[in-house]
Amino acid sequence: MATFTLPKNSTVQPGQVYKAEAGAKNVRSFKIYRWDPDTGENPRMDTYEIDLDKCGPMVLDALIKIKNEVDTSLTFRRSCREGICGSCSMNIDGLNTLACLKPIEDVQGDVRINPLPHMPVVKDLVPDLSQLYAQLRSIEPWLKADTAAPPDEERRQSKEERAKLDGLWECILCFCCSTACPSYWWNGDRYLGPAVLLQAYRWIADSRDEYQGDRLDQLQDPFRLYRCHTIMNCARTCPKGLNPAAAIGEIKTLLVERDR
Amino acid sequence: MAHNPDAREALMIGTRTDGTTVRRPLSPHLQVYDMLQMSSATSISHRITGSAWSVGLVFFVWWILALAAGPESYARAQWFFGSFIGVIVLFGLSVAVWYHTLNGVRHLVWDAGYGYDIPTTYRTGWMVIIGTGVMTVLTWIVGIIAWAS
Repeated sequence: MATFTLPKNSTVQPGQVYKAEAGAKNVRSFKIYRWDPDTGENPRMDTYEIDLDKCGPMVLDALIKIKNEVDTSLTFRRSCREGICGSCSMNIDGLNTLACLKPIEDVQGDVRINPLPHMPVVKDLVPDLSQLYAQLRSIEPWLKADTAAPPDEERRQSKEERAKLDGLWECILCFCCSTACPSYWWNGDRYLGPAVLLQAYRWIADSRDEYQGDRLDQLQDPFRLYRCHTIMNCARTCPKGLNPAAAIGEIKTLLVERDR
Repeated sequence: MAHNPDAREALMIGTRTDGTTVRRPLSPHLQVYDMLQMSSATSISHRITGSAWSVGLVFFVWWILALAAGPESYARAQWFFGSFIGVIVLFGLSVAVWYHTLNGVRHLVWDAGYGYDIPTTYRTGWMVIIGTGVMTVLTWIVGIIAWAS
């Protein structure tokens, strides 16, 4: 069910302000969502004033600087810092993206940083992604074939068959898209959401996979697939420039063609 | 309909450092997300104008019924639609009907498998918004000319 307001324990309170050191000229405020399970208090927005002259260019650089130099308790996921691991996905300036790919100078005014939207918060900027991983598993994102693979080589694809996977295999499962989707916010218990449906189509479109029919059967459901209302927030927000909405459109087309 | 418990509820329970459980907060969604971007803004407008159109049909049915019921009731309905509030209602309805129709075509094109890339989505979004303005004005020009003659 759609609930437009936050539960009582989730409303965000004003937090502490960490002033920039004296003499800093190029100061920018980072307003960051904080929640600590140990305090039992509501989440709060802490403000960190950062001297950009002493900070790297990306939002992740600022987060790491804060954790290293200002407040070691700030908690967030990060790993590769170059947009390939998908760990540092979060809501920056009202849109979901990877902190490592978001230049600070692209943000006007204060940099507002929140966890991925409509998710259970583990701590600070770390959401619990268990539901998304369980949904990903449900579409069986691996090659399924009854025909044995050729003995001394891999399963072959033509260049054209391989090209059908472009725009699908690049997904790094950061879940920026799923958590940008209002339909996923309201129906995420049963709707699979853009990221998982893009993965579902990645295997449906694979010429080596022999379970296309079963995969389509599993998706033919008012909730799993058809809660997509072409809102397009997914494609708008994808830090890798992919288009989950288009992939979902392809699945819908295949279902219509099959049942005709 | 039976009440379906939300499977995500189980994930709202977290653990503290000392092992006791704590209710996790839900991260902000509508409160922080940029809902005025073309994608979600045109989508929610489609729903709102669709609902408005449905409510507007009640006025239309009243008008038809009043016509069937005789000259006096018809005159009352006509008085309402000519009043300030009546004109506001009709104007709002014409905006809603045009928007919902044009954006409906946009959705049909998507459903046919075209126009999913973001530049096209933004272009068609603007076409719908500008088209709504143009068609609403045209509708009222035609209506006013017809009423005056």
